[in-house]
Amino acid sequence: MALEHIDDSEVDIVIVALQSDLTSFLNAWRPLFSRFHLIIVQDPDLKGELKIPQGFDHRVYTKSDIDQVIGPTTSIVFSGYSCRYFGYLVSRKKYIISVDDDCLPAKDNDGNLTNAVSQHLANLTTPATPFFFNTLYDPFREGADFVRGYPFSLRSGVDCALSCGLWLNLADYDAPTQALKPEHRNSHYVDAVMTVPAGTLMPISGINIAFNRALVGPALFPGLKLTGEGKLRWETIEDIWCGMCVKVICDHLSIGVKTGLPYVFRSDKGNPIESLKKEWEGVKKMEEIIPFFQSVRLPRTATTAEDCLLEMAKSVKDRLGGTDPLFARAAEAMVEWVKIWKAAGASHSTPGV
Amino acid sequence: MATPSTKPTPLLKHELDIVIPTIRNLDFLEMWRPFFEPYHLIIVQDGDPSKTIKVPDGFDYELYNRNDINRILGPKASCISFKDSACRCFGYMVSKKKYIFTIDDDCFVAKDPSGKEINALEQHIKNLLSPSTPLFFNTLYDPYREGADFVRGYPFSLREGVHTAVSHGLWLNIPDYDAPTQLVKPRERNTRYVDAVLTVPKGTLFPMCGMNLAFDRELIGPAMYFGLMGDGQPIGRYDDMWAGWCMKVICDHMGWGVKTGLPYIWHSKASNPFVNLKKEYKGIYWQEELIPFFQSCVLPKECTTVQQCYLELAKQVKAKLSKVDPYFDKLAEAMVTWIEAWDELNSAGQNSEKKPNAAAK
Repeated sequence: MALEHIDDSEVDIVIVALQSDLTSFLNAWRPLFSRFHLIIVQDPDLKGELKIPQGFDHRVYTKSDIDQVIGPTTSIVFSGYSCRYFGYLVSRKKYIISVDDDCLPAKDNDGNLTNAVSQHLANLTTPATPFFFNTLYDPFREGADFVRGYPFSLRSGVDCALSCGLWLNLADYDAPTQALKPEHRNSHYVDAVMTVPAGTLMPISGINIAFNRALVGPALFPGLKLTGEGKLRWETIEDIWCGMCVKVICDHLSIGVKTGLPYVFRSDKGNPIESLKKEWEGVKKMEEIIPFFQSVRLPRTATTAEDCLLEMAKSVKDRLGGTDPLFARAAEAMVEWVKIWKAAGASHSTPGV
Repeated sequence: MATPSTKPTPLLKHELDIVIPTIRNLDFLEMWRPFFEPYHLIIVQDGDPSKTIKVPDGFDYELYNRNDINRILGPKASCISFKDSACRCFGYMVSKKKYIFTIDDDCFVAKDPSGKEINALEQHIKNLLSPSTPLFFNTLYDPYREGADFVRGYPFSLREGVHTAVSHGLWLNIPDYDAPTQLVKPRERNTRYVDAVLTVPKGTLFPMCGMNLAFDRELIGPAMYFGLMGDGQPIGRYDDMWAGWCMKVICDHMGWGVKTGLPYIWHSKASNPFVNLKKEYKGIYWQEELIPFFQSCVLPKECTTVQQCYLELAKQVKAKLSKVDPYFDKLAEAMVTWIEAWDELNSAGQNSEKKPNAAAK
């Protein structure tokens, strides 16, 4: 895919540091990351200085930066993986790519290292096709096209707001699934990108994700916080909640979400059986929220990501807030987030805090 | 929890018919012999009924030509297309099996990236015998495949899945493009082997290609009418498309799933794009009206059988699409005729009328 039209200065790479030593992680990504500016958000619970190798244009944000920007709100807490949203907030770039710090570049079926960055950007800069499913998958990929029977009026597609990548080795399974198959590793490289159809919900994993910040930036937010939320992906569903909201918003705004390539190689980490105890709450909560997300509709007057998020917050409060204080808090957090986003955007026109 | 099957895939040789429309010859069957020989074939011979189509030795088959179709259906034969592979749906109607696999006579055995020959029929059976997941998209594709599962965040209450009604396979080499695309990209070949099966989500339409297709006839059979195409009709190459849109609306209503992806076959013949353009021309315009029609189609909850759904669809086609072209009036009537013929042939004790003229083995 030609990337001449994307300037490196239009991209930020957002990383959350859950470990202090980022040397091997960043060195592994060096060929792909070194062209871009890195926003590194240090988990407030991680003490001490981060170890970052030379040669990266980067800025580290610590707890004090977070406190300074966010202020005294108590409804949003950045901790663990959800720190990345702070990185999204302070970025001023059009495109953001974010991967977990336990992920490495993946190899394709021929053994070649893949370029997750260029694939994400290709996904974001070619149209999505959410209104009709193309059986040869992304028609804008080289060597593919729309198939016979695909309506011509739908072939120009819509803007792609989100690019959801996948994972080799340790796939993003939940704790029960991984605990039942402890040896199972994903070695299945599926050479496809496709648009997730409008009206279809999906679990959007935060492990390997990219998005058009100008289109949907404020819609990605850490709304739902489990009481027992932990530092492993098995112990959180904040990205899943966030992703459901984003998908509803994208469907409403008629913008697209792609899934598939690129893959990252996710290192082994943690013990799923231990995490089972913490994640169980998340699994139960998912069951409660599915009917809500399947039926929520946003008013036609909501035409920006911010407006949509506020409408989502209202619906969450009205329809879920009564059943569990967790959801009432999520709704508050969403409203707070929009305020912060607007304030952060309004007062800073140059990158950084 | 998805539990992938480590047992061998059942052959289903007494439960599955292979339906093949042909107007030329059946030479392609030689390559498929190792995979198809255990099964009963239903050959639907299109075109001149006086021509003899030789079936390679060793296959168990029944063959129907136009004379047979006219004899068996009488006046209702008007719903079966002539000089178009849409006639294949006659094979679905006369079959007595639970599953149908249909394939075009220019489709051959493909190889996977390791060089191994692909048993397309086996993959279709796997697809049909495992559940679909139309209510929530799994980012690791079919969770019931070996080596895959449901991802984090996939609701547990939806992990049982639903019955799979249709398995839609793909094609390497000559891709299934429409005429305009063929004209612009005459040399493009599909060389990308995408190792995935996935469920087409509920509420989403797609172009269903009839070249490499399998379905549960007992579930969705009556909805697989391939329309009025070919001789005497203003349109061609939209037979499978039409069936696919009707089928999907009904599957969504009935709570069944449709899978797409593997298996691949090798599509060898590129049809003439100028001939195709003439056939498709009206479809390209009509499609723009058809898609909103199908997207907004609502079947009342009183429609609890596929036949009822289909007749309701026919009613709506007549009411809403006649203004597009009088063809849709005819088509709506043909849809009703199809269901009447289907019910006649498929009620108990109606077998004696349907024996073919040509020698069946």
